[in-house]
Amino acid sequence: MAASPDGQISLRGVAKVFPGHDGHPEVHALGPIDLDIMRGELFTVVGPSGCGKSTLLDVLAGLLTVTSGHATFEGKALAGQVPDGIGAVFQQDASFFWLNVCDNVAFGLRRRGMAAREVERRVNAALAFMGLAGFAKAFPAQLSGGMRQRVCIARTLVLEPKVLLLDEPFGALDQQTRLLMGDELLRIWRETGATVVLITHALDEAAMLSDRVAVMSARPGRFIDIVTTGWPRTRDSRIVSDARFGAITARLWDKLREESLRAMGAPQIT
Amino acid sequence: MHWRSQITKVGAARTALILSALAALELLCRSGIINRVTMIPPSEMVASLWSILRSGRYNGDIFFTLYNVIAATFLAVIGGFLVGAALHALPRLRRPLVPLLSAYYAIPTFVFYPLLIVAFGVGRAALIVMGTMFGVVAMIVNTTLGLDHVPPVVAKTGAILRLDGLRRLLLLRLPSAAPHLVTGIKLAVAYSVIGIVAGEFILATEGVGKRIAYSYDNFDNRTMYGMLLLLLIAVMAVNGALSSWEKRLHRRFGQR
Amino acid sequence: MKSRRFDFLLLLAGLLLLWQLVHWLVGSDVLPSPWATIRRAAELIATRGFWEHADATATAFGVAGVISIAGGIAIGLWLGLRRFAGDVADPILGTLYSIPKITLYPIILLIFGLGVSAKIAFGVIHGIFPIAIFTMNAVRNVAPVYHRTARVLRLSPLGAATTIMAPAALPEILAGIRVGVALSLLGVLIGELFASTSGLGFALLRAMDVHAVTDIMAITLVLFVFAACVNALLRFVEGRARHGG
Repeated sequence: MAASPDGQISLRGVAKVFPGHDGHPEVHALGPIDLDIMRGELFTVVGPSGCGKSTLLDVLAGLLTVTSGHATFEGKALAGQVPDGIGAVFQQDASFFWLNVCDNVAFGLRRRGMAAREVERRVNAALAFMGLAGFAKAFPAQLSGGMRQRVCIARTLVLEPKVLLLDEPFGALDQQTRLLMGDELLRIWRETGATVVLITHALDEAAMLSDRVAVMSARPGRFIDIVTTGWPRTRDSRIVSDARFGAITARLWDKLREESLRAMGAPQIT
Repeated sequence: MHWRSQITKVGAARTALILSALAALELLCRSGIINRVTMIPPSEMVASLWSILRSGRYNGDIFFTLYNVIAATFLAVIGGFLVGAALHALPRLRRPLVPLLSAYYAIPTFVFYPLLIVAFGVGRAALIVMGTMFGVVAMIVNTTLGLDHVPPVVAKTGAILRLDGLRRLLLLRLPSAAPHLVTGIKLAVAYSVIGIVAGEFILATEGVGKRIAYSYDNFDNRTMYGMLLLLLIAVMAVNGALSSWEKRLHRRFGQR
Repeated sequence: MKSRRFDFLLLLAGLLLLWQLVHWLVGSDVLPSPWATIRRAAELIATRGFWEHADATATAFGVAGVISIAGGIAIGLWLGLRRFAGDVADPILGTLYSIPKITLYPIILLIFGLGVSAKIAFGVIHGIFPIAIFTMNAVRNVAPVYHRTARVLRLSPLGAATTIMAPAALPEILAGIRVGVALSLLGVLIGELFASTSGLGFALLRAMDVHAVTDIMAITLVLFVFAACVNALLRFVEGRARHGG
């Protein structure tokens, strides 16, 4: 099967198996998966715990090589190296504790040898954009979890990635903060024009934010459904009042409920 | 979940490494590259140890040191725990004490041994106090650390269950702090041994340290290495046992 | 913070008081009074002989410290970066660390004879293990998310090592150095007790032989203050490397 890259990122028959070591059996984490992520869309993946969502994200980023199948980014194969133009925000706090907020955000730019004045301009813009302007000299240890995530997002955005990958970035936050951060994400998405791929376990978040939502099965993760929401680009969290929101969420849960039970090891309840 | 004793690659490599190191040492000694005045081959060390144990000629020394170590450990653990618990309850006292406690192990505490001899005479008492002095600070530090790690929710649970202070300490806080307390006990034992054997090196009428020093002075390498090996094996065995208890507790309690 | 300094002085006063009480209890032969000790310490510091001894100890301590730090970090880095080697070595290092070093003294003396090299060897066997162990753990325990971040930022292995891994591991490495340096000093002093004709450890031995208890206490006091200062300094540096993180 020829790999015809329709999407900005394309997966064809991609599977990932982690080999066993020292007595542990091998783990079939993902696949086979076929996927086309379109330029500029906001694409979300939901699924039960341990289904392979994070593995999928690592494959999309180029952090993992696939065991079988093809993965391409803008037509070029992903081969174990992260291509230029990809940005990622992980679930865990990746802020550098030895640098203050300003130096954290400037980190990637400085490594590229950019001129100091340009770095300063971009960093200040990013800090203002993410609402961190007053905390430029603070250290991560002095900030809350949500603010540290914002630092990581700022650090990624300042590099102007074409694709933004987010692995449960709001996982540690309370519901209200999540909703506000969701609005933030939509704003970022609109204003930067980047393609956004979001991993989340929160159905309402997926239904509210995305152009398309993919439901992943229990391990080994495969797509059992892809729902197109059809929301306008100008949406925000108040979309929850739209009549279709309930229908979309219900459809997602319908598919997801069985998979969640299977992942938990419980008997099927019809 | 099934338990299976597996020969892992790592375990095999480790065993191979240790055995080849011992074999190399044996070879170097026997070939004369390491001369006999410096070190005797490991096999002869083992033979010497075996003959010492079988003949029982140094049993007096061995039991003397053993008794001292047990007594000193006991005092260090109990005393260290009480002081540690007190410090934990008095944070204002604890904070300025911290830098002093961490500097404690930088000074050779056995310089106080002569002072102890004047106070207690040459014998058990001075050695036991020496051992206790060595071990107690490790216990204090680990006790405070362990009590630090008791989550506040445990105290709240105790209050809700309407337990009095003593019950709360024994039934809730003590078990919570257990992993670190066991670390403290492990270190207290190790340091007590060091203190007592070091004291016996300097001046004593009997004991394992005394026997080692005596053989060293008399160029009796066989006895010296035999006793050193005995000390080494005994310490490693006790330390190993306490270490696996410690690791088990840490794992069970879900702490690092 | 002002109250912290006050508390510290209060504690010192309390300890001195305790010392004085014990002195009254046991007498000058066993424990000289704080005042007598401090006075004697001041006297000693004014003599040239003291500084000759201090110099010898400091030199040996310096060399042993440098070898322990360089060797410990090198070993720790190698074992930390190579997963398999680290897994194999971890329990071995732990066991070697827990062996009472006193069991090695006769062997060291037989190998190095009496003199400076034995002193330094003592210092090194005390200091190198904690530094190696702490460094190995520091490297191994660098948060996995930092590794992934380095790759997403497309850093070269060297770039990632210097700009991310090194500062991330630094606080823990400094903690190891703090412990290792303290133990290294102890090792050198012990070496001087058993195997030397110079140094503060030797001065202590002489004092022990003639039973000059005040001298013992005075020299120990000076050593303790020195060790406490070095320890506090290293703790401060470590705290800065952590930035409260």
